[in-house]
Amino acid sequence: MNISKEKLGEMYEKMLHTRKFEEKVAYFFSMGMVHGTTHLSVGEEASAVGACSALEDTDFITSTHRGHGHCIGKGVDLNKMMAELLGRATGYCKGKGGSMHIADLERGNLGANGVVGGGHAISVGAALTLKMKKQDNVVVCFFGDGAANEGSFHEALNLASIWKLPILFICENNMYGMSVPTSKSMNIINVADRAAGYGIKGVVIDGNDVIEVYNTVMEAKDYVKQNGPILIEAKTYRWLGHSKSDANVYRTKEEIASWKAKCPIKRLRKYLEDNHIFTAEELDAIEKKTTEDLEKAVEFAQNSPYPSLNTILEDVYA
Amino acid sequence: MREITYAQGIKEAMSEEMRKDENVFLMGEDVGLYGGAFGVSVGMFEEFGEERVRDTPISEAVIAGAAAGAAVTGMRPIAEIMFSDFTTISMDQLVNQAAKMRYMFGGKAKVPMVLRTAGGSGTGAAAQHSQSLEAWFCHVPGLKVVIPSTPYDAKGLLKAAIRDDNPVVFIEQKLLYRKKGMVPEEDYVIELGTADVKREGKDLTIITYGRMVPTCLKVAEDLSKEGIEIEVVDPRTLIPLDKETLIKSAKKTGRVLIVHEAVKTGGFGGEIAAMIADSEAFFYLDAPIKRLCGLDIPIPYCPELEKNAVPTEETIKDAVLSLVK
Repeated sequence: MNISKEKLGEMYEKMLHTRKFEEKVAYFFSMGMVHGTTHLSVGEEASAVGACSALEDTDFITSTHRGHGHCIGKGVDLNKMMAELLGRATGYCKGKGGSMHIADLERGNLGANGVVGGGHAISVGAALTLKMKKQDNVVVCFFGDGAANEGSFHEALNLASIWKLPILFICENNMYGMSVPTSKSMNIINVADRAAGYGIKGVVIDGNDVIEVYNTVMEAKDYVKQNGPILIEAKTYRWLGHSKSDANVYRTKEEIASWKAKCPIKRLRKYLEDNHIFTAEELDAIEKKTTEDLEKAVEFAQNSPYPSLNTILEDVYA
Repeated sequence: MREITYAQGIKEAMSEEMRKDENVFLMGEDVGLYGGAFGVSVGMFEEFGEERVRDTPISEAVIAGAAAGAAVTGMRPIAEIMFSDFTTISMDQLVNQAAKMRYMFGGKAKVPMVLRTAGGSGTGAAAQHSQSLEAWFCHVPGLKVVIPSTPYDAKGLLKAAIRDDNPVVFIEQKLLYRKKGMVPEEDYVIELGTADVKREGKDLTIITYGRMVPTCLKVAEDLSKEGIEIEVVDPRTLIPLDKETLIKSAKKTGRVLIVHEAVKTGGFGGEIAAMIADSEAFFYLDAPIKRLCGLDIPIPYCPELEKNAVPTEETIKDAVLSLVK
């Protein structure tokens, strides 16, 4: 598939935004400037950005606890996102959600999710809305390899298949559910093999190749509108620990280094330069812009007020 | 007005709202051609078709979660969970997803869904098909909890629940499905959070809901002959709770008995008792607030055991007499 220069540049920018956003967040955590925990997706930017870049604002996504890349991929106001992580009133959730609950309903982002597998069933409902309202859109349900072992995975894929709902179930398989490798949590190599059990198509792709992810999702959008759901497994790897408390005792430095060598952002940059789509100067300019965007987001967030205590009871009920 | 059953009241509420609003639809196990395990939706499949009366697989988690997902994206789903016992399988979707979306997204989401389910004992179905789990839902901010006791209330409250922009758990009572009552033919709704004084009295207040309401009313009629006038107040919705009406009645009679079928420990009766004790009604009380609830046991099978696992006319009478003596 021929991807426009504009779209390629956009994907490069969004991957960099994601990386730099998370680097900022990691720094803030290390400085004790934000509380709670956060789950960083460094190394996994291609699957999130590639998939979301193939979507319209009117398409829906359900995200995960490791959802910063999905938010940024779907189009997000970085200022409001950073403000949310710092617990400010100007954040996406007015400071009530934090890292694991960023949602942007206007752009079809139905929310990150603190429960592993929590988005499976919600994606079915969102796709049911599309079907019943005869809207020509799709739902992308992101989840990890760990969530593929939740009961809701089975219920959701089965029902989506029966009702032929337009859902792309995208498993971002980063090889570990917290500390446990997939070899110890499932007796198959590919999560996508489970598609057969639901009578749907399953494909395995290189989750570190943003172009392959984008092209797969573009093609699958039409497929799911005609045929019902598809299960796409994007193989990738999380460079950092599961969360901020992770000492990485369950994997080797060599393994982590081997995946860092497969950095999805460097890979896209090389592709863009080698094929003379962008010059090095143009790419440097994009990178510089993303650094500035993040500086502005941090400034916005840090200058924003904390939510007033008067808001604590607000928004429990509509 | 004409006489219809509790089940018919529920069906009318759903059908009328579905005729009025194309975003309303019903889904659940065997709700289609079969008409629902308790026959509540008989005829709806024929009227609305399989698109809007959707049979689902036996998958209580995705039924509840898909309702939340459809609701947050613009539909107004009614999801049926055949027995309230099986809502335990739906709990993540209901508690962690549907109830939380609005607050944790900073007020941006609306989740207008109704989860209908059948609760209560008395059918000989034993421990896994007979529970009264309403207190579980009441413990989750973001959910509303409704338990109707008459055909009139069932219809009016369900219409309000469907029109409500929040997730509402609507607990129907198996033993009331075939009970009849007068219900208007014209459109009406009963606002959630409005209690109903089912019988006025001056000597003692019974606060009760669901299928214990007719039982308590029978006791009230019996004891009236002995000169004891009982006021029976049905909150109808536990969340939101019409505290004002309950407190007013407690102040009026000075004696309060709370009756529910759910087990006593951790039951909603404790919440009502504490709420009254915390209120100005405390100073009007002539006796301790008493709770008469289900025993702290799983519902047993043998008919005599089952009957005595929950309050009966006899035990309610005894409790009333112990308070008015």
